[in-house]
Amino acid sequence: MAKTLGPVRRKFSPWNDPTAKPLIEFRNVVKRFGDFTAVDDVSLGIYEREFFALLGPSGCGKTTLMRMLAGFEHPSEGEIRLAGASLAGKQPYERPVNMMFQSYALFPHMSVEKNIAFGLVMDKMPKGEIETRVQEMLKLVKLEKFAKRKPHQLSGGQRQRVALARSLAKRPKVLLLDEPLGALDKKLREETQFELMDLQQELGMTFLIVTHDQEEAMTVADRIAVMDHGKLIQVAGPSEIYEQPNSRYVADFIGDINIVEGRVTAIDGGLIRMEAAAPRVSIVMEDDAATSVGATAWMAVRPEKVRISHDAPIETGVNAVHGEVWDIGYIGDTSVYHVKLDDGGTFRAAVANVSRTVERPIGWDDRVWLTWSKTAGVVLTA
Amino acid sequence: MRRFSWFNVVSLTLGFAFLYIPILILVIYSFNAGRNVAVWQGWSVRWYVEVFDDQQLLDAAWVTLKVGLVSASVATVLGTMAALAMARLGRFPGRLLFSGMIYAPLVMPEVITGLSLLLLFVAVDFDRGFWTITLAHITFTMCFVAVVVQSRLVGFDRSLEEAAMDLGCRPTATFFRITLPIIWPAVVSGWMLAFTLSLDDLVIASFATGPGATTLPMKIYSDVRLGVKPEINAVCTLVIAIISIAVIVASILTKRQEVEREKAERAAFAGG
Ligand SMILES: Nc1ncnc2c1ncn2[C@@H]1O[C@H](COP(=O)(O)OP(=O)(O)O)[C@@H](O)[C@H]1O
Ligand SMILES: [Mg+2]
Repeated sequence: MAKTLGPVRRKFSPWNDPTAKPLIEFRNVVKRFGDFTAVDDVSLGIYEREFFALLGPSGCGKTTLMRMLAGFEHPSEGEIRLAGASLAGKQPYERPVNMMFQSYALFPHMSVEKNIAFGLVMDKMPKGEIETRVQEMLKLVKLEKFAKRKPHQLSGGQRQRVALARSLAKRPKVLLLDEPLGALDKKLREETQFELMDLQQELGMTFLIVTHDQEEAMTVADRIAVMDHGKLIQVAGPSEIYEQPNSRYVADFIGDINIVEGRVTAIDGGLIRMEAAAPRVSIVMEDDAATSVGATAWMAVRPEKVRISHDAPIETGVNAVHGEVWDIGYIGDTSVYHVKLDDGGTFRAAVANVSRTVERPIGWDDRVWLTWSKTAGVVLTA
Repeated sequence: MRRFSWFNVVSLTLGFAFLYIPILILVIYSFNAGRNVAVWQGWSVRWYVEVFDDQQLLDAAWVTLKVGLVSASVATVLGTMAALAMARLGRFPGRLLFSGMIYAPLVMPEVITGLSLLLLFVAVDFDRGFWTITLAHITFTMCFVAVVVQSRLVGFDRSLEEAAMDLGCRPTATFFRITLPIIWPAVVSGWMLAFTLSLDDLVIASFATGPGATTLPMKIYSDVRLGVKPEINAVCTLVIAIISIAVIVASILTKRQEVEREKAERAAFAGG
């Protein structure tokens, strides 16, 4: 899982700079269809040159949020601002924003080059310049040889690139990508993710991508907004989302995680003590979560932060549970052990397969101890 | 699988015979030398010569053609607009009533359509003639166009129009640059359907017409009531010939377009 955190990220975090002004600003935006609320009180700032991802399950309102920015839907409440000016009343054809559609929406009666040139023709760009720009875009997406073809004569991957070139041709301030890679197979997807990141760096544009694939969001984005039922649940960088989810929803949505429900018994000096019922265990975590003694809280720890061993822990101050291995899953470079706990519930531990021969490999039905330190996970209050 | 079973061959032959023998007889008898339509008296083209000397017949043909061209064109514009409204407006109060009203003329007996139009023209004291026939034809062919175009719009991906607008295209330009080119085949079929319906309409035209405007079907019908003249056979043969040529030309054009497209496709793939 950790490998999806991707290559070393550039130093870029305008959202931590109180003087920086966001390029795109959603202010308490609500969108209702009839009495159904698709987007619920969203406030969000997206900064120039940021690669921002909207992540959430299907139907949570990601596309609707994006369509409001493009101008195809209008907020029922609140406002959207771009570069400091409200977008209210601006038609889609007046906004310096271009969108790559989930269905690509290539014009079937036009060749690849006509498709790419369409926005430029609309802008009344001189003919010679259009030609140069189209050639440039074709080269960018490696489709020079396909300029004269119609969309139905292209493969899915090629169509995706035409759609991308068409939406980039006008050099919009903001590029909106609605599940741009959804129709591609896994390998092509992964390649294209890196191409997108390179493109975004090269062109210095602001990208807003919609996806329901958490690995994709983690790979490409500077920041991710996790959505549920029209609400923003957490907005943060990929590693923060992964390491410090703010709720069970986010923790569960991003990657694999063990969650234990318990009651807070003591809070002192940054340590939170909890008593859990299933499994029956006392837990100590170092966390500054806003909770109080007696309240219900959840301890969450990633499987790869859990140590699995045949022996009981010798050190004190670690959290430990014990049980019996009832399943082992091999996921390429890691093995995930599913353990049925003696005190109720199940737990998972992931171990990197570093060497192929382990002295005393852990097998099915082995009795094991699972331990994790007080800094390995987080305490969640929601 | 045997493609030509006896049953298939026989039913095909019977079907075609049923359809085409009457027409064939009409065509053959149009070349009859004698005046009596029932007795064969040898080959001749004298009736064709007479057709072209018959000014009334030529006038009627001209009126029919004009009515057909004007009414089909107007009906195509209106019918396409109605189809777009039906497909696009989504739910609005009275939508069901509106769509029902578009389809109603399809099943309405022509006599009733014709009579109601006649009453209307009389009520508003409209001079009956060429324009009333044209109006009547627009009215009853428009819904056919709407139905044909609407069937094409059902599968139309709205995001194509949104993509165009997203790229800076205004709504009107979007219609002409994106929507219309894509639904064009349906619009053309709608026009052809309207034109053919107008050409062979007898009932509605008879109600809507006034002195001075006689269409070819009306002329033929009234002549035949006085006895079938060989001239009429000749006129009908000419109409059949014109329609056949039009159909053949249209299909050749479509075919050629297809071939060219395939050629372009092959060239494109070879180049890629
Ligand atoms: N035009 C619309 N009319 C009614 N409901 C809509 C409309 N557009 C979207 N919705 C509803 O809003 C919700 C969110 O949709 P959407 O933004 O497309 O979700 P996502 O892109 O996250 O899958 C869905 O439940 C969808 O049915
Ligand atoms: Mg969507």
